[in-house]
Amino acid sequence: MKAMFAEIVSIALQLLIRALTAVRGIWIDVSPEDKPRIYYANHTSNGDFVLIWTSLPTDIRKKTRPVAAADYWFKSKTRRFAAESVFKAVLIDRNPETRKPEEEPVAMMTAALEQGQSLIIFPEGKRNQTEEKLLEFKTGLYHFLHNNPEVEAIPTWIENLNRVLPKGTLLPIPLICTVTFGPPVTLKKRESKKRFLRRAHAELMKLADMQDKGRV
Amino acid sequence: MGWDPTLWALAGWLLLALLIMSLIGEFLQYSLPVGRGNKLFANINDRIKAWWVIAILLIGALALGKGGVLALFILVSFAALREFLSLTNTRLSDSWALAAAFFFVLPVQYLAVAMDWYGIMTMFIPVYAFLFMPILSALRGEPHSFLIRVAETQWSLMVSVFCVSHVPALMMLEIPMFEGRAALLILFFVTVVQASDSIQYIWGSRFGKRQIAPLLSPSKTVQGFVAGVIGSMIIGALLFWITPFTWWQAAVLAAIIFVMGFLGALVMAAIKRDRGIREWGPLMNAQGGVTDRLDTAIFSAPVFYHLVRYFWGA
Repeated sequence: MKAMFAEIVSIALQLLIRALTAVRGIWIDVSPEDKPRIYYANHTSNGDFVLIWTSLPTDIRKKTRPVAAADYWFKSKTRRFAAESVFKAVLIDRNPETRKPEEEPVAMMTAALEQGQSLIIFPEGKRNQTEEKLLEFKTGLYHFLHNNPEVEAIPTWIENLNRVLPKGTLLPIPLICTVTFGPPVTLKKRESKKRFLRRAHAELMKLADMQDKGRV
Repeated sequence: MGWDPTLWALAGWLLLALLIMSLIGEFLQYSLPVGRGNKLFANINDRIKAWWVIAILLIGALALGKGGVLALFILVSFAALREFLSLTNTRLSDSWALAAAFFFVLPVQYLAVAMDWYGIMTMFIPVYAFLFMPILSALRGEPHSFLIRVAETQWSLMVSVFCVSHVPALMMLEIPMFEGRAALLILFFVTVVQASDSIQYIWGSRFGKRQIAPLLSPSKTVQGFVAGVIGSMIIGALLFWITPFTWWQAAVLAAIIFVMGFLGALVMAAIKRDRGIREWGPLMNAQGGVTDRLDTAIFSAPVFYHLVRYFWGA
């Protein structure tokens, strides 16, 4: 019963996002593949999950889960329902002092991966409300790939959604959004944390620049 | 409109013509070697596919009557406005104005069309939206590129809502001896717009030599333009039986529709060039967005509407 309701909410959300944004996924030098991957994206709005989700092909979407902060999504019953049943998020306790060893973010993400699921993460760690295009990455992406070096990380650039759902306004504004997926990034042997994160950041910025120049 | 026999006769002819064109187009595309001719036919076939969508939606809407036509064009305006505003410099401080554009200005304009309030329909966006939209933006107190932002918003409304709404407004015209059949003018208008633009495009890419504005739209040539004028007159004259016009009046009006559409598409191409995009949006696959299919109708619709209203209206 709850699962069915969650399914209906999920379809309704996707329809709403489509009506507002006519979103389409653009795949550049990478193709949608049904295998466990990690999509890392810029984060400007609460609708980001749904947008990436909606732009993925159905069979892949069903196996793709966002990684999110437990403290934010446990704040109210509605949020909890959305995160657990609708998005089936991997919920991470951000406070290292209260969490148990099996709740280590990398361990939880790896567990999902081993079940054949893909993940969506926002490596900036929070919503970007600055004029800066892309904030510096937190280290989670590196640690995850260090544990799972065979996994492909797919840079994912979300364009325009921050203008559809501007913070502090009630009505969403319909504007076209695109989600651009770029060529996979994998962790090279003996690549340092700093170097890898800089490379992953640069790959995502490349997609953003292509959008700006209208080449997508 | 409902079950008007003329509508069904015309719908039958249009769908038959589309079917024949689809078959010939597909055959030629796959039998020609890859190259210039093949590419031309690939484009023509994409156009034909878009026509199927347009024809089925339009005929379906006309069969449903006024409500159907209005609903269709409200959706078209919505999609076009969404595409247009996506390319602008508007920012967070314009969100009130943008919300007003979608959820107030657009519905009011179509309400005016539906109620046949001619004064409001022709004044609301050019005058009142023009005055109040920048006020909404100014109240938020953000001066950065203010004039650009408000001008872009006004342009978006004029193009996507005001101009587009003149197409369904055709069915509200009261024309003596043509009572209850004005919706056929929509079919006349759309057929002339689409067919003459394609004649212009095909003739221009086969025989075009002198480009009119190579920086804006390389496919628009003097030769294509002349072919479009002649082609639109022939199509207009052939369709005179569904209109209140005589055959030569239909030909002249069709030529005016074509010329306005041709020039309007040039304006829209200039905007696309400036923004560095090839097409407006994703809705129709290879044929770009809604605005790409509309660009020729946008500038010709108000002119055609006023000419008919002035010279044939009651």
